[in-house]
Amino acid sequence: MAIEFALPELGEGIEEADVLKVLVAPGDAVAVEQGVIEVETEKATLEVPAPAAGTIGEVRVASGETIRVGQVIVTIEDAGAGAPFAAEQPAASAGTPSAAEQPAPAPAAAPPEPAPALAVEAAPAPAAEAPAPPPPSPPAPAAAPAPPPPASAPPAAAPAPALPAAASSDSTPVFAAPSVRTFAREIGVDIREVAGSGPGGRISVDDVKRHARSQPGGGGAAATPAPAGAAALPDLARWGEVERLPMSRVRRTTADTIARSWQSPHVTLFQKADVTELEALRRRYRERVTRAGGGNLTMVAILLSVCASALKQHPRINAAVDVAAQQIAYRQYVHIGVAVDTERGLLVPVVRDADQKNVTELSAELGELSAKARDGKLGLDEMRGGSFTISNLGGLGTGFFTPILNPPEVGILGVGRATTEAVWDAEAGAFGPRLLLPLSLSFDHRIVDGADGARFLSWVVEALEQPLLLALEG
Amino acid sequence: MTTGVTGGAASGAVGGASAPRRVLVIGAGPGGYPAAFQAAHLGMDVTLVDPEPNPGGVCLYRGCIPSKALLHIAGLLHETDAAADWGIHFERPAIDLDQVRDWKGRVVGRMTGGLGVLTKQRRVRYLQGRARLTGPTHAVVELVEGGDQALDFDYAVLATGSRPSVIPSLLPESPLVMDSTSALELPEVPATLLVVGGGYIGLELGSVYAALGSRVTVVEMTAGLLPGADRDLVQPLQRRLEKEFEEILLETRVDAMREQGGGIEVTLGGASVEQPLRRFDRALVSVGRRPNSEGLGLESTRVRVDARGFIEVDAQRRTAEPTIFAVGDVAGEPMLAHKATHEGRVAADAIAGLPVAFEPSAIPAVVFTDPEIAWTGLSEVEAHERGVEVDVLRYPWVASGRATTLGRGGEGVTKLLVDARSERVLGVGITGAGAGELIAEATLAIEMGARVEDLRQTIHAHPTLSETLMEAADLFTNSSPHYVDRRRERARGGQAGAG
Repeated sequence: MAIEFALPELGEGIEEADVLKVLVAPGDAVAVEQGVIEVETEKATLEVPAPAAGTIGEVRVASGETIRVGQVIVTIEDAGAGAPFAAEQPAASAGTPSAAEQPAPAPAAAPPEPAPALAVEAAPAPAAEAPAPPPPSPPAPAAAPAPPPPASAPPAAAPAPALPAAASSDSTPVFAAPSVRTFAREIGVDIREVAGSGPGGRISVDDVKRHARSQPGGGGAAATPAPAGAAALPDLARWGEVERLPMSRVRRTTADTIARSWQSPHVTLFQKADVTELEALRRRYRERVTRAGGGNLTMVAILLSVCASALKQHPRINAAVDVAAQQIAYRQYVHIGVAVDTERGLLVPVVRDADQKNVTELSAELGELSAKARDGKLGLDEMRGGSFTISNLGGLGTGFFTPILNPPEVGILGVGRATTEAVWDAEAGAFGPRLLLPLSLSFDHRIVDGADGARFLSWVVEALEQPLLLALEG
Repeated sequence: MTTGVTGGAASGAVGGASAPRRVLVIGAGPGGYPAAFQAAHLGMDVTLVDPEPNPGGVCLYRGCIPSKALLHIAGLLHETDAAADWGIHFERPAIDLDQVRDWKGRVVGRMTGGLGVLTKQRRVRYLQGRARLTGPTHAVVELVEGGDQALDFDYAVLATGSRPSVIPSLLPESPLVMDSTSALELPEVPATLLVVGGGYIGLELGSVYAALGSRVTVVEMTAGLLPGADRDLVQPLQRRLEKEFEEILLETRVDAMREQGGGIEVTLGGASVEQPLRRFDRALVSVGRRPNSEGLGLESTRVRVDARGFIEVDAQRRTAEPTIFAVGDVAGEPMLAHKATHEGRVAADAIAGLPVAFEPSAIPAVVFTDPEIAWTGLSEVEAHERGVEVDVLRYPWVASGRATTLGRGGEGVTKLLVDARSERVLGVGITGAGAGELIAEATLAIEMGARVEDLRQTIHAHPTLSETLMEAADLFTNSSPHYVDRRRERARGGQAGAG
C-alpha cells in the first residue's frame, strides 16, 4: 500500500511552513514517528514525523520551499498502517525495483514553470544607482480611513539584489487580481502574507490595507506608530557596501509582535533586591536540587517561583485586556514565559502552572525548555498561553533595562546582573557588602496603575530578600 | 567613434531634472520592441538594435504571423472540403504558390512596416545591426550598412530570442531539409514531407503542407503528439490529424538521414517501426528551439547563463548584472511571444523604478492547428506532478449548439481545473475551433482569482463557443442544462484526474 503523506495541522492558525531540511530521500526506509522533514513555522522549528513505516517513494518538497497544510510531502510505499518499524524491512525494500524506478528526488519535483511570484520583496526594489529614481507616486487610494501608503516615499534607489530566478517555489498562484497585487507591492506588503476575506479566501484591496495597518513599521524601525506598509529605506548603498539578507520567519514574527506590543502604553519601574542571603541559600542547596533531578538551580528558577506567588497575590498583573469587549480577563492559572536567546532568535517557552510547582520542579522544567529552545525543538504550543514573562539579561552584563511586553500579557520582569555594592547598615552603623539584583518591571498602564505595579515589584523584592516569606504567604 | 545616447527622447520625464536614462534594447522581437516602446513612453532615451529593417523579430518575420497567415489558408481549404457534407460542392482548388507567398509577404510587411512607423513616432532610435556588450554600460553595434558604432547606456534589455535547434545528423545544410524558417518560405509543395518532431511547430506547419497537398508523415520520439500537454486535449486533434496526415509515428526516432536521388532517405528506429527505410521529397525538422545567448559579449558583464543557455533573471527580469535585464525566449521558458511582451514591459517599468514584478498566475499557450488547442494556468499533467488536488470539470462540445452548427461538435472539449478547497479556477484547457480566442477569458478568470461560481454566474452569449466555459463551470454542481456527467462524483480528496 502506498500513501501520500501531507503536511498535517501544526497548530491553530498555522497554514504554512518553510521547509528547512528534507530528512529522507527516495528509497529510504522510515519508521513510524521518524522525522521526514524539518519545518519552521512562525515560532517553532519542528520535525514532521512519518505517520507509518515504509519506504519513501517520492519526495515532493525541497528545502527552502513554503508548503501549506495538506500539501503532499512524500509518498510512502509499502506503508504498514502505523506498524512499528521492522529491522529487516530496509534491506528487503531497498532493492526492489519499485524503489529504483522512483522519479528523481526533490529538486526535480520543483514546479516546471519559472516560479511566478518569486520573492517579491516588501520594499520596492527599483533600478540601480545611476540617475535618481522617479517618485512612483503610488495611486493614493481614495478616502482610505488610515492613510495606507507611506506618503509617496520615493522607493529606495538601493540596487535590487540580483537574485537568480526560481528562488521561491511556492507554486500556488496568489489569490488576488493583478491590480491588487500591484497595490500591495506599491505599499510594500508581501501579498502572500495577506489573509483574504473574500469567498474562498480571495484577497481584496481592503484586505491588503488591513494587513498593512496591522504591520507597524513593516519590518523597518518600529518607532513611528503604525504607518501602513514599510517606510522605504534610504539608499544605504550610497554610504558603503550593503548586504541584504531575508528576515527569517522567527525574526519577522518577533518584529511584528514587538511592534504590536509598542502600541500598548508601557511603564517600567526599577528596583534592586538584596539577594545576599538568597544567593547563599542557592549555593547551599544547589547540589541538593541537582541530585533531586532539578538540574542547575539558577536565580531565574527561583524567580519563577517568586513571580508565580506574586502573580497570585496581584491578579491584575496576571490578566489581559479585551479592548473590544471592554473587559479585563483574569486568568485563573499562572503560566510564565522565560525569554531564551537562541541562534534562531528570541524564543519564549512557557512554564505551565508555575504556581503549583516547587523550585526543584521549576528548575528541572526550565532546563528542559531552554535546551529544547536552543535545539529548535520547541513545539508551538510550548510557546503559547503565557500570562507573564521573565527576561534575564544578567548573563550578558546588563543592569536595568526596559523590557517590552509580550502581548497579550500585561507584565514582564527584566532581570539584570547582580553586583556587590556597599550598602548602609543602620543597625551596625556601617557600610557592608551586599549582593544587589537589578529588577525592571514593565506593565501595561491601561490596566495596571503605577502603584499596583510598584506593589507587585516590592512584593517580589521582599520575597527575594526574605525567602521565608514565600513559605508564609506564597 | 563613441556616441553617447542622448537627446532624441523627451527629456526629464524619468530622471526629474537630470538627463533621461539611456536604455539600449537588443533585439526587436515581441519582447524587445514593447520594452523599447514602454521605456520611451516613460520618457527614457531608447535605442533599439536588430538586424532586420524593421522591428518584429522571429514572431513577425519567421514565426507566429506568417504561420498564422498560412494556417488561415489551410483552414479555408478544410472548410471547403467539409462543405461537401453540407451540400456545397467546390471544385478542387487551384493553388498559386507564388500568390500565396506574396499574400503572406504582404501580411508580414504590413505588420513590420507598422512597427517601423511606431518606432519613429515613439522617438526610439532604431539601429539595424547586431549589438555586442563590451561592459555593464557599454556596447558596440555592428551596423548592417557597415561600420561599428559604440554606445554608452545606463540600462540594457537583452531580447535576442531563440532559434531552431539543429541536429547535425539530420542534414541541416541540405536544401531538402527545412527548419521552421525555411518551411515558411514555401519553396514548393513536396509530394511527400517528413516532419521530425510532433510539437506545435511541426504540427502547425505539417497541417499547412498537408492542406496544400503534401502527404505528411510525422515522427515523434515520445508516446504522444504535443508532449507535455494534457492527453484529453490532444486526442481530438490527433484523431483528425490521423486522417489528414499520411502517418503519425510515435515512439519513433530518425536514426539516419541522407540525400538520395533528389529526395531524402531516412532510417527510422523504434519498437513499432515496421518499415524502417523510407523516402521523402523533403523533410522539416522541428525539434525545439534554443536561446540566443551566445555572441552577446556577456563575458564582459556579470550576467549568468544556465546550463540550457537561458539568461538567469529575477522577478523584475534583472540579470546578475544590475544594469542589464533580459526578457523573452532568452530569459527562459515558456518560449512564447506574449510572455516576452509582458516581460519587456515589466523590465522597462523596473528600469523606471516602478514596483513591478513578472508574476503571472497563468500564461496561455495556443497550438494553432485545426482544431486548435489552448491551455492556461495549471494543467492536469502539472497538477498530477505537483500533487495539487484539483476537481476536473470536462465539458465535451457535442453538447454545444454552436460547435454543432459549425460541424465541429465532436471535436472539442472545455476543461476547468478547480481548487477543491477554495473553489477557485486554477487552470483551463480547451480543444476546438477558436480555442485560442476562448482561452483569453479563462486567463482573465485565473488572474482575477475567479471561483467556479463566478464563471457559472456570468452570462455568456448564446449560441457561442464561449458558453462551454460557463457550462463546464456548471458541472461543479452537475447543474449544466445541456450535459450530465454520470461518472462525476464530487468526492473531495481525490487526486488530479479523479473528476
